[in-house]
Amino acid sequence: MNAITASTNPTPAKVVYYRHRLPIRIVHWVNVLCLSILFMSGLGIFNAHPALYFGKSSYSSTPAVLTISSVSTPEGPRGVLWVAGYQIDTTGFLGVSKKPDGTPNLHAFPSWLTVPGSYSLSDSRLWHFFFAWLLLFNGLFYVAYSTIGGHLRRDLAPNRADIAGIGKSIRDHIRFRHPTGDEARRYNVTQKLAYLVVIFIMLPLVIITGMAMSPALDAVMAGWVDLLGGRQSARTIHFIVVWLLVGFVLIHVFEVIVSGLFNHLRSMVTGYFAADTTPDKKGTHL
Amino acid sequence: MKPTNTGRRRFIGRSLGSIAAILATGCDRLNQTEWFLKVLATGENVTYGIHRALIPRKAMAQELTPADLSPTFRTNGTSSPDSPIYQALAKNNFADWALQVDGLVEAPQKFSLAQLRSLPSRTQITRHDCVEGWSAIGKWTGVPLSQILAAVKPTAEAHYVVFHCADPMEADGSTPYYESIDMEDAYHVQTILAYGLNDGILPIGNGAPLRLRVERQLGYKQAKYLMRIELVKSLEGIHGGKGGYWEDSSGYQWYAGI
Repeated sequence: MNAITASTNPTPAKVVYYRHRLPIRIVHWVNVLCLSILFMSGLGIFNAHPALYFGKSSYSSTPAVLTISSVSTPEGPRGVLWVAGYQIDTTGFLGVSKKPDGTPNLHAFPSWLTVPGSYSLSDSRLWHFFFAWLLLFNGLFYVAYSTIGGHLRRDLAPNRADIAGIGKSIRDHIRFRHPTGDEARRYNVTQKLAYLVVIFIMLPLVIITGMAMSPALDAVMAGWVDLLGGRQSARTIHFIVVWLLVGFVLIHVFEVIVSGLFNHLRSMVTGYFAADTTPDKKGTHL
Repeated sequence: MKPTNTGRRRFIGRSLGSIAAILATGCDRLNQTEWFLKVLATGENVTYGIHRALIPRKAMAQELTPADLSPTFRTNGTSSPDSPIYQALAKNNFADWALQVDGLVEAPQKFSLAQLRSLPSRTQITRHDCVEGWSAIGKWTGVPLSQILAAVKPTAEAHYVVFHCADPMEADGSTPYYESIDMEDAYHVQTILAYGLNDGILPIGNGAPLRLRVERQLGYKQAKYLMRIELVKSLEGIHGGKGGYWEDSSGYQWYAGI
């Protein structure tokens, strides 16, 4: 969000400016690739033991907090999700679904959500760890670049005015109102906070809980995994944070769509974003 | 909302769905090519290299307390080896069993169960992490592998320790289980040949008479029903060449630190 250029747009009310630098754009799309594959290969790994626990081990006096299973009934197999004591019939999606050839798939997550599609724990692990390294290096580069280059301070850190306007910004988001004019050139405060939470809380947490599942990394400092509640708690937190990230992605994509899909996509591909020069007091693109 | 918007939304929704489908199909296509699996497998080299570089050689796996023990230690994989030789040994309480240690060593030897029990032992309460995702906690008693190695004196050429087991993995009774570790793990304090579990004799379901505990790696490295330990320079000559049964048969990583 720098180096504002003169408008090349024939409409005088629009100004096209350079919004996203090349390294940020590359990091963004590498993230899209990594997170998609990590999500899908992770569900493939989960299918090997579709149960989650709290504590150090899976075999203790406390039962699983979540299981996905298939139970056989006279009418055929039914998919069942048990979570915190509740039982939900999830036939067709979880526990029992259909493979592309129409035959029943009795794994927890359906084949269209996993990488690879047909169950293979060893292959899912190969995908998961390759892209986990890529995500980690991408993330470390991003944090270094945006700290040194000023992106973090300039574009992401909320200023005083931002903090004062948090309430209004959240209300505007709920009503699908988006900043226009000069205000649209910078991230709004809700957007800033969402990105900061994802970059500095959710992604580090998903990486650390992933590392906590490694028996070798657990040995780096004996007992550190207990800070997360033990290895099985770490695995459960990993799973929960993943779904929070999925929630973030869905809201992010929704916001991009309602505030100008083509404009945003172009800015994340070429760097150039078109903003109105005249503020629209109604402030809505819908 | 204008009708044109509804059409646009539907278009966008379908586009997102198509992107997911293309991604899934693309991944599946790549997953069937040998070259791409090789690219993905480089991740294992990165993991192994970084772990060996950053994790101290002597870093200890967490040792837990009796309160953490799993009520019963789950039997996984083979529950009783389906081989006449093993069944005969078991019938006689493994009195005729002996661990053969050979390969690139100066003094190949056989160790009876009584001999192993008479050596200084180590007891440790540790967490067993299966590649599938579950964990169980057990109390293991056994001989540190380093003591056995000190007795047989590996040559300078010995880079890997291979464990040959009694349990046949194929339905026709062939391909006994096998696994291997590097010398760094072999000499680790917590790497023991366990003959006891939870203050009792190691049950058959958990690998009697002797199993490996290599605590900084996943469950499939913890070879059960040990018959022979072989020191080798390279894993190439061992069965399929990848160092373990699951590595050769199903493409699991040899380095199972994650």
